[in-house]
Amino acid sequence: MTLFDFIQRLLGRQKPSGTMAKERLQLVLAHDRSDLNPELLEQMRREILEVVQRYVEIDIEEGDVSLETEDRVTALVANLPIKRARPLPALVAAAAAVGMAQAPDPEAQQELALPLACEPAEDPSPADPD
Amino acid sequence: MDAVTSAPARIILICSGKGGVGKTTLTANLGIALARLGERTVVLDADFGLRNLDLLLGLENRIVYTAQEVLAETCRLEQALVKHKLEPNLALLPAGNPRMLEWLTPEDMQRIVAMVAERADFVLIDCPAGIEDGFKNAAAAAREAIVITTPEVSAVRDADRVIGLLNTRGVAPVQLVLNRVRPRMMASQEMLGVNDVTDILALPLVGLVVEDEQVIVSTNRGEPLTLNGNGSPAAKAYQNIARRLRGEDIPVEDPSKARRGLRARLMNKIRKTTGLF
Ligand SMILES: Nc1ncnc2c1ncn2[C@@H]1O[C@H](COP(=O)(O)OP(=O)(O)OP(=O)(O)O)[C@@H](O)[C@H]1O
Ligand SMILES: [Mg+2]
Repeated sequence: MTLFDFIQRLLGRQKPSGTMAKERLQLVLAHDRSDLNPELLEQMRREILEVVQRYVEIDIEEGDVSLETEDRVTALVANLPIKRARPLPALVAAAAAVGMAQAPDPEAQQELALPLACEPAEDPSPADPD
Repeated sequence: MDAVTSAPARIILICSGKGGVGKTTLTANLGIALARLGERTVVLDADFGLRNLDLLLGLENRIVYTAQEVLAETCRLEQALVKHKLEPNLALLPAGNPRMLEWLTPEDMQRIVAMVAERADFVLIDCPAGIEDGFKNAAAAAREAIVITTPEVSAVRDADRVIGLLNTRGVAPVQLVLNRVRPRMMASQEMLGVNDVTDILALPLVGLVVEDEQVIVSTNRGEPLTLNGNGSPAAKAYQNIARRLRGEDIPVEDPSKARRGLRARLMNKIRKTTGLF
């Protein structure tokens, strides 16, 4: 550690590099493990919001869908602040649209945590350059 | 060496994903350490492209036949196995010609490992870097695995990838060795900590090896550190891994948390000898 680094750390301006390494790894591994790149994740986020919006009014700007990893289990965590539930007829229509038997409880949970497969699937194809 | 009474051999893949993190060094030292503990041990060089295990063990001049001739049935397994002069419990099955990579299949690896396992308590497979065919062939033949990594982002990321592949292949248990630890850097948090790495990879730690110049010296000589009871930190670490693999309960110490300085060492000594404090 150089003197400059040391002073920066004393002043709380810079995290120790070991801590940065851990944070960066956790993020990159969450993606590696799910085999989703940021682009796909963004697409999925938009589609999830679309579906959820059929049932409840949500704050799109505040909506957050991300991958979190703990103990080799990667979870897709969606945090979607609900403004209000949609009126019932709309709900039934939406349920029919996605092939559900009945409309779900409008008091539904606000946070959805879907565990993804912990491990990337067996190599999709031998030709995959990866 | 009666095959009648012996339990099935432990077949352990030594792998890492990233190259140059210490697989071959671990295989050589662990092989010798296990042999010294009385285990009949065979180390198998599965890095056909860039073989080095012979060199680290100082056996490079004694190779006559290799895995290639055994598979082609142009020699018997006994003829290909190179026994270590000073440690007769250890034998090396050398890697064949790099062109073996072109035709070798997972079934070939399974066949040769099965042959070796009949006459051993431990079979250690020195895996090539990467996650391509060389790794897949070697993994197909292994029952359990040791993943070795250094506390660096790229090595840990690649280790994670390998762990995923081992899990989907049903290789278990998979244990971790953390290599080239620099206690001072770790203590000042300028290096990933021991717990950081074990948390991220979620594997049990079977050993921790510090950065140790003696590793280079021993490689130069072709005499693994574990051969002559060398008291260097890395030598002790490799010996401890061997003992843990045999089921001994030896806690892994985190050297970045060890108390340094004369007073601390004295207190430690007093604590150990008197059982006080
Ligand atoms: N604990 C250690 N302290 C110091 N040097 C080390 C340590 N462990 C390994 N090395 C050095 O690191 C280098 C790479 O080691 P080694 O050949 O065992 O790695 P590897 O994973 O088998 O590499 P490859 O992927 O090329 O097969 C060697 O020069 C070795 O001496
Ligand atoms: Mg090697």
